[in-house]
Amino acid sequence: MKHIETLNEKTLKNCYCQTC
Amino acid sequence: MFNNFIVLDVESGCVHLVDELTFKILDCVNFKDPASALKELVLKFKDYEEKEISERFEELLFLYKKEMLFSEFSNFNFNETKNKAAIKAVCLHIAHDCNLRCKYCFASTGDFKQGRMLMSFEVAKAAVDFLIKNSQKRKNLEIDFFGGEPLLNFEVLKKTIEYAREKEKKFNKNFRFTVTTNGVLLNSEKIKYINENMHNVVLSLDGRKEVNNKFRITENGQGSYDLVIEKFKEFAKVRGKKNYYIRGTFTKNNLDFVKDFIHFHENGFNNISIEPVVCEKEKEYAINEEDLPKIFNEYEKLAELIIKEKESGGDVNFFHFNLDLTQGPCILKRIRGCGCGCEYVAISPEGDIFPCHQFVGEKKWLMGNLLKETFNETLKEKFEEVNLLNKKDCLKCWAKYYCGGGCNANNFKYAGDVLKPYLISCEMEKKRVECAIAIKAVLEKNKTKIKV
Repeated sequence: MKHIETLNEKTLKNCYCQTC
Repeated sequence: MFNNFIVLDVESGCVHLVDELTFKILDCVNFKDPASALKELVLKFKDYEEKEISERFEELLFLYKKEMLFSEFSNFNFNETKNKAAIKAVCLHIAHDCNLRCKYCFASTGDFKQGRMLMSFEVAKAAVDFLIKNSQKRKNLEIDFFGGEPLLNFEVLKKTIEYAREKEKKFNKNFRFTVTTNGVLLNSEKIKYINENMHNVVLSLDGRKEVNNKFRITENGQGSYDLVIEKFKEFAKVRGKKNYYIRGTFTKNNLDFVKDFIHFHENGFNNISIEPVVCEKEKEYAINEEDLPKIFNEYEKLAELIIKEKESGGDVNFFHFNLDLTQGPCILKRIRGCGCGCEYVAISPEGDIFPCHQFVGEKKWLMGNLLKETFNETLKEKFEEVNLLNKKDCLKCWAKYYCGGGCNANNFKYAGDVLKPYLISCEMEKKRVECAIAIKAVLEKNKTKIKV
């Protein structure tokens, strides 16, 4: 795309560790 | 931010770098009826050629159709798919005593208003057993040695690690240990042991000598900086690339905390955390709403500094600017947040169980006692419900999937309800997330030399 650069193609829409 | 136009699509987590005209179009675009929407835009932006508008509109429409822009809220079927929380981490208060008397200490200078005492090995063993028993199928378990000053009870710390390691094979567990220390009792022997046995280490110091010594003082009222700085430098050198953080607290008295960050970095520390003090607003060092603009400005300065460092090949990290846009935590973790009271509990020296270290000593939140073998499962289940989806104010917030709903203890203490966010903490957290995203965007833009 010419005017938009998307930084992350993987999104929360398209995974369901340490615990502060 | 930083002369860039950055767009976060909240519900998908997509981050887009756009040019100025696209940014303006986003303010008034509507995709319900694309044909008439484009006509309206062309009329509205008369100073631009139609082609300039239509090109950008088509790109935005493409992202909209892919659910990467203006995507809609989903609860991710959380209530249907969530598992029953397993306790996988304990904060072990092996010392309710301290060799410092820090004026802002949330733990009431180490004893949590419970009286000064050390944890017995009997209680520590019971905590390890409790964790194994309540961790279901979790393999990786965590024990945080905390206080007070945990090195005051170093023999129990070592015996606890030895005991946990003995249990690993039998129960198919892997223990990860962390310790938070003020450094006063560090020596070469302890540094060696801690480096070899701790998955993560938190070194408490506030930054510049005069800043540190205003609050972090000994029992005799002397500043602690000279007591610990060389020990911490030795530790960082020995530690190398392994996990550690030097962790400072900033107050109203050092809202110029970037100088403390620089001080840490100049002294050889690469992993740095500087946290805002959280206390009653009447305290003379409390951070209040009128301080926020100055703090926001400081976070931006820090972000610029880190961009400069990273671009020149430097390796310095600020705890709150760590952010992974491409594969962050799972949905369940983003919704459940810190897991206090259901995945994580704190144990007092007497074996009392609390939802987390910030709740220790609050009788209302007592969950049970290890030696009496009591544990309030109902309260644990209640904490499973203290999640993002049940925090109405959080659901409206753009930073919700990066913050997870904030600190429940602070919510309770300063906003009166675990489900109600403490606004000053929220505002600072949002600024930190904004800076973290901007750092990612700027570094990416400069790397690829894209022209947006």
